[in-house]
Formats: sequence, C-alpha cells, structure tokens
Amino acid sequence: MSQILDLKNWYLSNFKSFEHSLNGESNHPIHALRKQAIERFSELNFPTTHDEDWKYTNISSLLKYNFKPSVGRYKLKREQITSLLFGDMKCSLLVFINGHYSEALSDVKNFSKGIIAGSIEAELKNNSEILYKHFGKYADYKEQIFTALSTAFTKDGAFVYVPDGKIVEDPIHILFVSSSENENIISQPRNLFIAGKNSQVSIIEHYAALNEDVYFTNSVTEIYTDENAVVDYMKLQEESKKAFHVSRIEVSQERNSNFTSHSISMGSEISRNDINAKFNNDGGESTLNGLYILAGDQLFDTHTLIDHAKPNCNSHEHYKGILTDKSRGVFNGKVIVRPDAQKTNAFQENNNIILSDGALVNTKPQLEIFADDVKCSHGATIGRLDEDALFYLKSRGIGEEKSKIILLHAFASDIVKTIKVEAVKKYLEAILENRFQHE
Amino acid sequence: MLEIKNLHANIGNKEILKGINLKVNAGEVHAIMGPNGGGKSTLASVLAGKEGYVVTKGEVIYNGKNLLELSPEDRAREGIFLAFQYPVEIPGVSNTNLLKTALNEIKKYRGEEELDAMEFLTLIKQRMKIVELDQTLLSRSVNEGFSGGEKKRNEIFQMAVLEPKLAILDETDSGLDIDALRIVANGVNKLKSKERATIVITHYQRLLDYIVPDVVHVLYNGKIVKSGGKELALELEEKGYDWIKDPKELIEH
Repeated sequence: MSQILDLKNWYLSNFKSFEHSLNGESNHPIHALRKQAIERFSELNFPTTHDEDWKYTNISSLLKYNFKPSVGRYKLKREQITSLLFGDMKCSLLVFINGHYSEALSDVKNFSKGIIAGSIEAELKNNSEILYKHFGKYADYKEQIFTALSTAFTKDGAFVYVPDGKIVEDPIHILFVSSSENENIISQPRNLFIAGKNSQVSIIEHYAALNEDVYFTNSVTEIYTDENAVVDYMKLQEESKKAFHVSRIEVSQERNSNFTSHSISMGSEISRNDINAKFNNDGGESTLNGLYILAGDQLFDTHTLIDHAKPNCNSHEHYKGILTDKSRGVFNGKVIVRPDAQKTNAFQENNNIILSDGALVNTKPQLEIFADDVKCSHGATIGRLDEDALFYLKSRGIGEEKSKIILLHAFASDIVKTIKVEAVKKYLEAILENRFQHE
Repeated sequence: MLEIKNLHANIGNKEILKGINLKVNAGEVHAIMGPNGGGKSTLASVLAGKEGYVVTKGEVIYNGKNLLELSPEDRAREGIFLAFQYPVEIPGVSNTNLLKTALNEIKKYRGEEELDAMEFLTLIKQRMKIVELDQTLLSRSVNEGFSGGEKKRNEIFQMAVLEPKLAILDETDSGLDIDALRIVANGVNKLKSKERATIVITHYQRLLDYIVPDVVHVLYNGKIVKSGGKELALELEEKGYDWIKDPKELIEH
C-alpha cells in the first residue's frame, strides 16, 4: 500500500508544478474543475483486483512507474508519422505528440462555416461556450480515479464540433503519437466531440508509438450526439507493447441519433477500455464493435455499458478477440434497460479464439432488465480454431500456416467489414496480414 | 496409382480398419459400398490425412510415394482430392478466395506458374458449367447457408477446378434428389480420363447408375469382404447388406 500512496503523492506533487506552469491560466474557469478533480483524486484509491470492475485486471505493473506528465512541445518530422496515416485518404488530420497538439503536422481542411476540428487547448483559450456546455459533463470524475487524474491535468486533446445540419464529408483522423524516448511519460488527452442536430461526422481516434517505449496514455473522450446526428467513430489502439493504456469513452445520445463505434486494439502491455453509451431520449441507435488481437503478456480489458434509459432504442454490440501466448482478455458487457425503456432491442455478442494453452479470456455479459416489452440477447464463446475447417482448407492443398491465416482473417472479418471508412479498412487488413503471419 | 496394403487404423483405442487391401489403377473407377459403420468414411479420412486416426499397421503407396508420411496439404498437392461427406461451412472465407489460394498453392508446389486473376476467372467460369453451379455462390462464404445439394455440387466444382489425379467421393450422393444426383454424376463423368482415378464411396447403388464403376468393393467390419464387377452393386441393391455379414454366404459366392 505504501508504494501506491507514494504514487498518489507523486501525482499530487506533479499537479503543483503543473499548476505553476499554467501561469495566468489558473484563473481560467476550467481550473476550478481541475482543482476539484485533484481533490477527488487524492481521496480515491487505485483499483485492485478486489474491486469487482477490476477483478481480472491487475494494474500493479502500471503503478510501479512514476510517469512524468508530458510538458512542452515535442517535435517530429512528417516522415516519422507517414506510416501511421491511411494511405492518401482524403481527411482532416489532427496530430498530437505525447498528448500535445502539433499544428505543424496537422492538416485541417477548410470546413464550411462553424465546423471546428482542433485542440482543446485552443478552445479553452477562446473561452468557447460550446466547450463549457459539454466538457466534463459526461465523464464524471467523482467515481473513477483515472478520470479524476485526467480531469485534474486537463490541458490538451482533440476537439471536434459539428454545428446543426452540417455534414463533414471526409473523416477526421486524430493521431496520438507517442515518442517518449525512455522518459516514462504520461499523456492525458481530453477529447470532446460534439455533433449537432442532423449533423454527420466520422472520427478516427488513433493511438500509436514511434518506439517500443514504456509510457502511459490516460485518455478521456466525451461524445455528444444531438438529435438525429450520425457519428461514426473508431478507436485504433496500436500503442507500444510496453505501454499502458487507460481509456474512457462516454457517449451521450439524444433522440434518433446514431452512433457507431469500432474499437480495434493491438498494442499496450495493459489496456483498459471503458466505453459507455447512454440514450437520453427515444429512437437512438448505438453500435459498439470491437476487435482485440493479443500476444505475449498483453492484457486487454474492455468494459462496456449501454444505458437504455428511454424507449425505442437499439443497441448492437459485437466484440471479437484473438489471443495467443500468455495474453489475457477481459470483456464485460453491461446493458441496463430501465423501467421506461419499452421496445428496447439490445444485442450483445463476444467471441474469442485462443491459439495457445497459456492464453485466457474472462467474458461476462451483464444484463439488467427492468422493462417487460424488450428484446435482449447475449452470447459469448471462447474456442480454438475450428479443426474441421482447418483440415478442409489443408485438404485443398493450402498449407497449415496459410490455412490458419485465412481462418483468423475470416474470424476478424465480421468486425473489419463493418468499418465504413474504406482506407482504414485497408490499413487494418494489411496489419492483420502481417500480424497473423507467424501464428 | 494407389495401393493399400493391409491397412489397420484406430480412432482412439477402437480399431475401425482391420486390414484393407486395395489397388486402384489410373483410369479406373472403384466403388466402395457397404453398411454404415463398416469403415468407409474412415478409409476416406485416413487417405486424406485427417487427424485423429492412427494407422497401426500397413501402408499406402500413391504414385510410388508413401502417402501416410505426407501432410494433408501435400497429399492434395500430389493430386488427391476428397469430396467430403459433410462439407464444412467456413464463414468469412469466400469460395473464390479458397479456390484461388488452393490452386496457386498446388501450382507453386508443382513448380508451375500461378494463374493471374483473368486466367483464374476464365477457368472457374468454365468449370462452374460442369456442375451447373449458380455464379452467386462464388462470392459467398464457403458452404455457408448452402443447401445440401449445393454443398455437394460445390465439392465437385472444387474438384473440377483442382483437377486431381485421384478423387475420393465420400457419400457425395447421400441426401441428393435425383436431379442433383445427375448433375453431380455428370460432373464426375466429364472429368474422367485415362490419367485419373476415382474412388466412389456410397451406401446406395443408385449413384452407380450414373457413375459406372469398373470394380465394386464391399467394405464391412473394417475389411473388404468382397470385390466384383458393376453387377455386384445391383446384387447388393437387391439383397441388401445382410447376406455379406454371413461368412458362409461369402464363401458360397
């Protein structure tokens, strides 16, 4: 315990220097929130496996490091990030280095009037009204220590605002690249995406590293979809294999809004992902899809929560995992259907393929249904590659390794094929091809 | 082409094949008949190299090679094709993708040039006609949602594309209506040649009206208990299988 107390003191003292570095900014309205959050952080404890929500995810190796909050402007050359872009896809590009916006590397399209894609820091400086209306409103810091930490250190992150009736034609690619050069940095991007009434946007949140460094990404993303808005969201996590990744995504959906997400995870030694969607009004639709591919000692944990607070909403959830070596997967899918939420459709599925004796998956559907006129289903499978299918392919002359690649591809394709942005789909296909080459 | 000598094989501790002897020459069609549980499908699986079968005795020589030492994929590359009794559904793998990969892997093994996309397309279009397969099935996942008849036709279609030297049809006729049966048999007949041999495993004589065998074998209780010409099949149809179960009958014959 003493070690963890030290760690809390470490972040508390870092907060002081962080505050100091803000200079005049400490009078800023957001600073009151930072202070409340650090106060709460000091009261909360880091989770242990005794906490139900962290039962299978031991983060003691994360707590061994005194990660330094990343400060200042890091610089990278364009060539260094080229391989992380999706070919020559037409898009707006926002680049963050260790959590800080890089204007030099970013390339934002001339949007039609009112659309904003940029950094939270700039928005804070502008005292943007729309930011205050939404920032911190969905990801409550009071119960989660990592959100409290993130809120306390609010500084930068991605900000997207699409006003009512506007459609952003090309996707917005937000690249968070880590280049910590053995400094054990913690990056804490705070992202806020707001889609106005009848608007449409596609956003890709992409985490990647230039080196196999040890660092910690603690990200919080808040997404607000106003009435009849359509948001296609993707999180592609390709962090260093030695990195730690804690992310929380909160989606708040208004009437008839449509939110689709794909969460693709391949990096990190430990990653913990919370993705929660709430229907505030009737007629919403939410799709949470995910694919995790793990090897070595990687641990991946996803907790999802879909809150059917209102009637006539649909949710679809499909997560798939491929695990080898001694990797661990945790999937916890909670669906709440509240008493008002009649005519709810909620479907959930989690399928896993385990390629080695040492890999392990803990999967848990958690349905809490308080309405009586609903359709809900859930399913979970953990298995090996289908031996009959493997033999079938081999019996046609296809080699063992290639047969396995074909089957793993096929398994993943359910998720990959639902990705709407073609260039991203291709980028992912190429990664999968490589990744399975030696399984 | 194929010579099976005193082949014994187990599943677990249970002996299923109890000394099979069989010689198949190029250009010949052999039918293997017999009651269920006699070991027909086990023989097909052992020849194709399916895991879970242990050969305890005997050998299988295929074109001068020890077949049992080859991996399943190398057997296929050497020209053996098994049409499965129960073709597996493989969601997410398209029929075209499977065939293209298989064909090119086989060609690579044989040191032949791989087909480009156009050549491949021309080939499969031509071969689809042989089994009257609907073109939409090409882009669909292997056997997924196919009817029983479509699955069996798809097996023969794959055979037509891969052009094996030795084809083993494991109860390809079971569950087929007469139209589908004719199509399947027609496909097999069109592929017949002097260089190729076919082993037709079936429970029913009906298929043999369409695929006329040179030799008919009766496999019972892990052994080939009787071999004869095509008229043997008719006799089996007439009398059923009970008489072969009685050793005395066999001697009298």
